[in-house]
Amino acid sequence: MSVKDRAVGGLANYVDERTGAAKWLKKNLTKVFPDHWSFMLGEIALYSFIILLLTGTFLTFWFDPSQREVIYNGNYAPLSQVHMSAAYASTLRISFEIRGGLLMRQIHHWAALIFMAAIVVHLLRVFFTGAFRKPREFNWLIGVGLLTLGIVEGFLGYSLPDDLLSGTGIRIAEAILQAIPVVGSYLAFFAFGGPFPGTAFIPRIYTVHVLLLPGIFLGLITIHLMLVWYQKHTQYPGPGRTEKNVVGYPLMPVYMAKAGGFFFIVFGVTAFLGAVASINPIWLYGPYTPGQISAGSQPDWYMGWLDGLVRMSPPLETHAFGHTISWNIMIPGLILPGILFTGMALYPFIESWITGDKREHHLLDRPRNAPNRTALGVMSLTFMIIALINGGNDIIATHFHLTINQIMWFTRFGLFILPPIAFVITKRLCLSLQRADRELVLHGRETGRLLMMPSGEFVEVHEPISPEKAWTLTQHLQPAALTVAPEDANGVRNPSGIKGKIRARLSQAHAEQIPVPTESEQKELEGGHH
Amino acid sequence: MKHLSRYRRHRFAAPALILAALFTLGTTFSLASALPNKAHAEATSQSTLVAEGKQIFARGCSSCHGLNAEGGSIAPSLIGVGSASVDFQVGTGRMPMADMSQQAMRKKPVYNEQETAALAAYVASLAPGPASVTNESLTWERDGSVADGGQLFRTNCAMCHNFAAQGGALTLGKYAPSLMGSEPKQIYEAMITGPQSMPVFSDKTITPAEKLSIIKWIKAAQSEPSLGGASLGRVGPVTEGLLVWTLGLGLLVGVAVWLASKAR
Amino acid sequence: MSNEIQKFTDPGLPEHVHRRADTDPKAAKQAERQVAILFLLSALGTVLVIFSYIFMKSTTFVFLPVLGDTNAQQLALGVGLAMSLFFIGMAAVHWAKTLMPDTEVVAERHEFRSEDADRADFVATVKEQGGSAGLGRRTLIKRTMGLSLGLLGLSPLLLLRDLGPLPKKFLTTTDWKAGTRLVTDPGDRPIKPSDLEVGAVAQVLPELPAGTERTLENIGKDAVLLIRLRPEDFNLDAQRLSWTHDGIIAFSKICSHMGCAVALYEQQTKHLLCPCHQSTFDVTRAAKVIFGPAARPLPQLAIKVDDQGFLVAQQPFTEPIGPSFWERSS
Repeated sequence: MSVKDRAVGGLANYVDERTGAAKWLKKNLTKVFPDHWSFMLGEIALYSFIILLLTGTFLTFWFDPSQREVIYNGNYAPLSQVHMSAAYASTLRISFEIRGGLLMRQIHHWAALIFMAAIVVHLLRVFFTGAFRKPREFNWLIGVGLLTLGIVEGFLGYSLPDDLLSGTGIRIAEAILQAIPVVGSYLAFFAFGGPFPGTAFIPRIYTVHVLLLPGIFLGLITIHLMLVWYQKHTQYPGPGRTEKNVVGYPLMPVYMAKAGGFFFIVFGVTAFLGAVASINPIWLYGPYTPGQISAGSQPDWYMGWLDGLVRMSPPLETHAFGHTISWNIMIPGLILPGILFTGMALYPFIESWITGDKREHHLLDRPRNAPNRTALGVMSLTFMIIALINGGNDIIATHFHLTINQIMWFTRFGLFILPPIAFVITKRLCLSLQRADRELVLHGRETGRLLMMPSGEFVEVHEPISPEKAWTLTQHLQPAALTVAPEDANGVRNPSGIKGKIRARLSQAHAEQIPVPTESEQKELEGGHH
Repeated sequence: MKHLSRYRRHRFAAPALILAALFTLGTTFSLASALPNKAHAEATSQSTLVAEGKQIFARGCSSCHGLNAEGGSIAPSLIGVGSASVDFQVGTGRMPMADMSQQAMRKKPVYNEQETAALAAYVASLAPGPASVTNESLTWERDGSVADGGQLFRTNCAMCHNFAAQGGALTLGKYAPSLMGSEPKQIYEAMITGPQSMPVFSDKTITPAEKLSIIKWIKAAQSEPSLGGASLGRVGPVTEGLLVWTLGLGLLVGVAVWLASKAR
Repeated sequence: MSNEIQKFTDPGLPEHVHRRADTDPKAAKQAERQVAILFLLSALGTVLVIFSYIFMKSTTFVFLPVLGDTNAQQLALGVGLAMSLFFIGMAAVHWAKTLMPDTEVVAERHEFRSEDADRADFVATVKEQGGSAGLGRRTLIKRTMGLSLGLLGLSPLLLLRDLGPLPKKFLTTTDWKAGTRLVTDPGDRPIKPSDLEVGAVAQVLPELPAGTERTLENIGKDAVLLIRLRPEDFNLDAQRLSWTHDGIIAFSKICSHMGCAVALYEQQTKHLLCPCHQSTFDVTRAAKVIFGPAARPLPQLAIKVDDQGFLVAQQPFTEPIGPSFWERSS
């Protein structure tokens, strides 16, 4: 027995005698993970979170979360002797006097943008492949929670330096709080410790940003990962892959090396962005004062859609009985986002209600094989992108020689017109792709080679596809639509009534598919040819 | 000859011009009278300049602004706009206007410096108005303060021209231009004349000394180094978001595809 | 042939295809070298980090295409750090891809559902154990417990009360009073009408009594934009016209939508634009909203000149400035 073997054995003994972990580890070190690039998207988010914890901790060593007024006398000459908050001054100090401080600040901010972007693409992957279906509804809910908290956490983060842009953002957040009926002005005064901007807000959101929310994140991420671990990862359909198994590489060593390596790659890419591209140059924005503002004041991208919705809102306010309700803030700032996120959170339950599907799903859907869901996803995405475009309408206007008014009107109408169009187009596209799959399975691949028949007629040679491919294209189930009979056999009206009718109609839309080709059909066709 | 006389005027009139700009904001005429021993020569060269300007005006400007600069249906009257306005509009190439778009764009000037001066002198001779200045007469490097300029810029200018003087959108396709190529005298003249959509910033609400500070800040912004890497246009979070979704996520997804592909 | 519809069948896992490195020792050696080079590149990155941290000045700038004048130390630190991290990752992944076993493994899934017997047992246990506490029978306990638990949540809420004072009159008042002078921001100089040419704007604040410090809270509700037009440009009713002075009109600079500073004044069209959400106000018509989400005009400040010829407020704002709130009556 070599020294190395003895050392490993000794350590294993030591740990196991105290924890009994050997059995669990033995099982889990060989745990299988399927390999696909789209399964790495969630990992990007996870690793960005770790990068955020590391760089964020670094920043806390010098950041002074205080709105106490100081006079700047640091290295950045254009702000010399300017009155500012200690929060802003200490951010300048991190940027210009701490070696590598600016780099860390930039990595932190880029990591935050990547974190949010990765959450979104991960969510889209999960949505479009149907990975949220039973038994993974809880994880979908946690994911939606993480996305929501991420938006809040990001907003609080870029609000901390107390620069002109972030102060403007806080001002708008205060206006949203203030717009809440009945309790709004109280909420605003409690949040800010008095009138805006006060001196309490930044110390408070600092605690929330570095302690409360990261704590909740850690908890939710842990549950998210434990559930992935326990439920085992989903996999794409293919030969040998069933609902009862999982095909992939064992954790030790392949997946460990790949996932571990990917952490360093994500960190490396983020560090590269932090090195070469400026982000949130707070020294250019200047310190916050409510009387100043910059042209093109926008939030970070993950809030941009919200800002876009607020911008395009019609000027609606109700004044009655000595009270005011600001619909122009409530609808785009609170009600619409509330509906969108609640709808998103409930989608797994809504879909299973529509389809009546209560089975477990571990094989993913190819997006084209769920045309209704895919179309709904593209529709929602179109909605968000239009809102996001309006969030940057001033920058778009100056760079593409358009007017903000044109873009505003385009998005005001586009928000209602384009998503349904996107739905119809996507659904048609999915069905055409299904048709193409069917053609491929039944008639084989077009080779482009022409063959002259003895009769002088030219035909293109079709090559039959492999059985593996044929299986991949035909393995999915096509459940029939639910039917709700208006009356049962005894002539009693179905008690579910309108609800049942809606469900039946939705179910029908959901079940609209091109029939999966079967081997019988293929044989029949071949028979016909010969 | 004309060149020489103009050169003399530059050298000797400069201190007077500063005085004029700083405290009296007088016209070119009061300026000439501030130098009594040169008064005669000045007056002569001034009148030839005005005559030359009148000719250029008749050829290049009168079709829109009217034969006597009284204005027309498509262009405003220039009586009383002063030489500063002409120097700014013509010197930045905005006038003559290339097309009737929302707003005259900065482009290569059509007239050279001397022709511009002649035009300015002619328009100034019609009625008194804000006088043009020269880059040399603005002692922003000596008398300006970058920090004060920054405060003033953020209060008075950043809302249209953006926090880093990169410009921004106004209503209906109008825009506040980027100030990255602006010369000190153009900045100064713009503040005192209020060209196009821009309002006037009076000398009492923003003193000439404060204007020099603003110029100094803008000059600093023009040469602001990339402290944190590529500036991304200094237009705020929109380009940052764009970069994350293209380069950032592009790189990461690219690596993920490579990572999950089978080695050969 | 039977008439039963026959679906395609699962051919099972495809046969494992060997990589070059599995069969060719040379290829394996090559892959090993590649991994080693990647690790070395990472080490090189760390060397660059150490070098730039210790030996480079933070004031050195280099000109680079695309980036412009770049701080050399920041760039070297960042690129070094990026290299040291990125190439470790690349090395690990390349190693895993080319040299670690790449045979796909099949693991069976287990059903999450517990056995029926276990489930029945569980339900029975809950019922029995819960029942033994007697909650169902002892309604007095049930109700008082509900009451106490329901009230429990109030305490932490109550404890949050001291987060801030009550709004009281703050939202409806500003520092503008009858006779308050308009002073420039920044500079704090009083303004005479003759100081403003037609087409001029000025950012102004109320003059505070001597010895009072101006806070951001003050600026946040006191900021006013002063604009001079030709008197004939106005399209105002008699009262609003009496609030102007010789073409000079004053509006709260705090947007009536969400409180941003509205100060983008277009001299030709006489429109005011808010850069946050692009509400557009027509100055000639008492800041009437002509575009965008704002629902109310900017509050107008009535101005006049005092006996020394300086601009002063005639009276406080007649309505609350800034964004709407529940208690606002109009």
